[in-house]
Amino acid sequence: MKSRSQDQSLSDSRELDRSYDPLTGSTADDEELSAVRYRPEGLDPLVQKTNFSRRELQVLYRGFKNECPSGVVNEETFKSIYSQFFPHGDSSMYAHFLFEAFDTRNNGSVTFEDFVVSLSIILRGSITDKLNWAFNLYDLNKDGCVTREEMTEIMHSIYDMMGKYTYPCMEDNAPKEHVDNFFQKMDKNNDGVVTIEEFLETCQKDESIMQSMHMFDSVI
Amino acid sequence: MAAGVAAWLPFARAAAIGWMPVANLPMPVAPAGKNKRQDEMIILNVSGRRFETWRNTLDRYPDTLLGSSEKEFFYNEETKEYFFDRDPDVFRSVLNFYRTGKLHYPRYECISSYDEELAFFGIISEIIGDCCYEEYKDRKRENAERLMDDQEDNKDAKPPNMTCRETMWRAFENPHTSTMALVFYYVTGFFIAVSVITNVVETVPCGTSPNQKEVPCGERYTVAFFCMDTACVMIFTVEYLMRLFAAPSRYRFMRSVMSIIDVVAILPYYIGLVMTDNEDVSGAFVTLRVFRVFRIFKFSRHSQGLRILGYTLKSCASELGFLLFSLTMAIIIFATVMFYAEKGSSSSKFTSIPASFWYTIVTMTTLGYGDMVPKTIAGKIFGSICSLSGVLVIALPVPVIVSNFSRIYHQNQRADKRRAQKMQKARLARIRISKQGTSNAFLHSKRNGLFSEAPEFTQLPYKMNLSEQSSTEEDQRLNKSTSLLESQHHHLLHCLEKTTNHEFVDQQYYQQSYLEAGLQNYPSRSPSLSSRDGVSGTCCTRRSKKQHAPLQNASGPAHMQPLTQVHAHPRGLQELSTIHIQPLSTSRSSLNMRVDEPASLNCQSSQITTAIISIPTPPVTTSDGDAHLRAGPAHQNVVKVSAL
Repeated sequence: MKSRSQDQSLSDSRELDRSYDPLTGSTADDEELSAVRYRPEGLDPLVQKTNFSRRELQVLYRGFKNECPSGVVNEETFKSIYSQFFPHGDSSMYAHFLFEAFDTRNNGSVTFEDFVVSLSIILRGSITDKLNWAFNLYDLNKDGCVTREEMTEIMHSIYDMMGKYTYPCMEDNAPKEHVDNFFQKMDKNNDGVVTIEEFLETCQKDESIMQSMHMFDSVI
Repeated sequence: MAAGVAAWLPFARAAAIGWMPVANLPMPVAPAGKNKRQDEMIILNVSGRRFETWRNTLDRYPDTLLGSSEKEFFYNEETKEYFFDRDPDVFRSVLNFYRTGKLHYPRYECISSYDEELAFFGIISEIIGDCCYEEYKDRKRENAERLMDDQEDNKDAKPPNMTCRETMWRAFENPHTSTMALVFYYVTGFFIAVSVITNVVETVPCGTSPNQKEVPCGERYTVAFFCMDTACVMIFTVEYLMRLFAAPSRYRFMRSVMSIIDVVAILPYYIGLVMTDNEDVSGAFVTLRVFRVFRIFKFSRHSQGLRILGYTLKSCASELGFLLFSLTMAIIIFATVMFYAEKGSSSSKFTSIPASFWYTIVTMTTLGYGDMVPKTIAGKIFGSICSLSGVLVIALPVPVIVSNFSRIYHQNQRADKRRAQKMQKARLARIRISKQGTSNAFLHSKRNGLFSEAPEFTQLPYKMNLSEQSSTEEDQRLNKSTSLLESQHHHLLHCLEKTTNHEFVDQQYYQQSYLEAGLQNYPSRSPSLSSRDGVSGTCCTRRSKKQHAPLQNASGPAHMQPLTQVHAHPRGLQELSTIHIQPLSTSRSSLNMRVDEPASLNCQSSQITTAIISIPTPPVTTSDGDAHLRAGPAHQNVVKVSAL
């Protein structure tokens, strides 16, 4: 760890040099060395791990590699990709939550394996798996229950994606009302949190939710 | 949506699973994909060079030749490839556009051949990426100007209905327009030359007079010179008056530099005429004659280069100023030094500091007349330093002025600064448009009701027999106009709308509705409707009025419009429901319909039977896919529909 004074004295020439990035404190050379070049383990292990066919994995990987040539997605890239699908509003918060959900190893980057495993759950998993995944998405601190605050944050992020120009005009308490509604529906014992069991139970009873869960099965 | 991320659309759609448990409204049906066809390789044979790519790479842009069914015309059955008899080098850029979503312009390529290829493949040039767009535009402008220059010679046709005044002005400004103008141009040029030469020759001594004194020609042949002068001045006066008459803005003309030069050139003559008798001012009169030399500046109308030179000097004012200032500084310094250095020597010409100025200037500009020369050693040393530094001081600003001149010259040849500004504005507009493109695409498709979902969906209880047949036709039509990718993307956005129970709208509509919201109090957004007759919210009526005609059944909603409109709960909103919400009679989803859905969706079908509207136009409809989902029990909002 360099001392402060040393940093200061070096800063002038390094800034002129332009290879120094004061924000991250690393020079361009450093960054290149530490750039991740990640390769997935192989097609066959992935076919076994997930419920995708070989061909589907090929298609997925080609798309993945196109946007992320280094083999991993970091949060910024994730957000920028996601925002291209939602040009109206601000999808960065929801993308952040998604990233958290995809990043199962919590190391700030999503490899192709993580990506494909999560997709396999969402698209090819059983209904319970899907609901579990969704619950995991809502449960921001991964403690097994969704509090009102967590749900409000999620709701805000979803509503943010709509942007400003909506009909009817977006009111400020629209997300909150939606959250209230959600809790009313899900929170059976009225303890202020929704546990996974309550969630599963309610969702499985709700036909429209069940139906919509199957909607994206044919996405790939 | 950039084509590059098109491959991530499945992921984005999968991520929508997060909205499902939260949504209160049923989701629309997903568009069916022809998955089998997706992952095919296509071979494109362009003049013998084979390019291979995935079919869905090309499908990303359905409104180009390669992305649409137009390419089937070029399909070769025997070789199972698409053959194009075009330039393979340019095709490389075209294909890269599909792959990466960015169109690049290769610098070595000729601009017109590139444009032709783009036109052939149905790609508009506005989507060229920022990296290449400037170059492309520059080259295009150059080309256009070159073509224009060639054409200008043929452009002799006078625009009709030009008044005499306009004709004259045009003749003055542009001598090539007519023969008369050309004649006039040359005549004035000739007389300017004559006048200048006269002034010069006037002072040449020619022959001796009987007094054995050399007299200048002017005094010898006074009458001849006077006649010449008069003739020239008459021509100049007539010319000036004609220009003044023809000028579109006389005041501006009188203030212009050229007209001032004209006036200054002819005024001395008239002043001379007036004041010949008075002896006192004859001396001043002689001085005035100096101004006659300004006639030579009239040549600048005839020479483009002179004008540019003048403009350059004007624009280099700062550099010239710097040159002058630094020279002055140096002169004063060195003059002082030389004066004091030479003070000691006897018979020195350096009598005062101002007297030394002359020496310093002559030395610094490396003229070195030699009329003033330092004699002391110190003087000589400082003198040499002076001449060395003189070279430097003068050499520094001169290249700046020269480069300015060259730049202005070329700029004058090619483009105005104004045209460059227009290009900048156009570029900003272009970027804005392409950014809006994706969001507009969704709104546009909504408005045109491109959500056709019925045929695949079997649970639909109210499927009309009529619609089945026509809907498949529409299906085909639809699939031609939007790619699967687009329809999937729109479906995703539609799901988001359903989740949040709000809709995407145009900025215009939003502002309108916002204004209306401001007029009435709308504290909450509870969409529950109470049964109430009332004034329909202007939001929706306006929208329905703005319904676009292109849909043949657009008249449908218009017919439904006059029916009872239930005003929303006062705590609620501008949400309206026209009672024609039965799925039975849904027309192709129009924006008007969309408005009603949040409210209408929750109606149990049985409730709605109170108002069945017979639509005059036979609905060429696809039943809205949402209809089927009304059976869902979980409804947030209960709608009570009033009796009609």
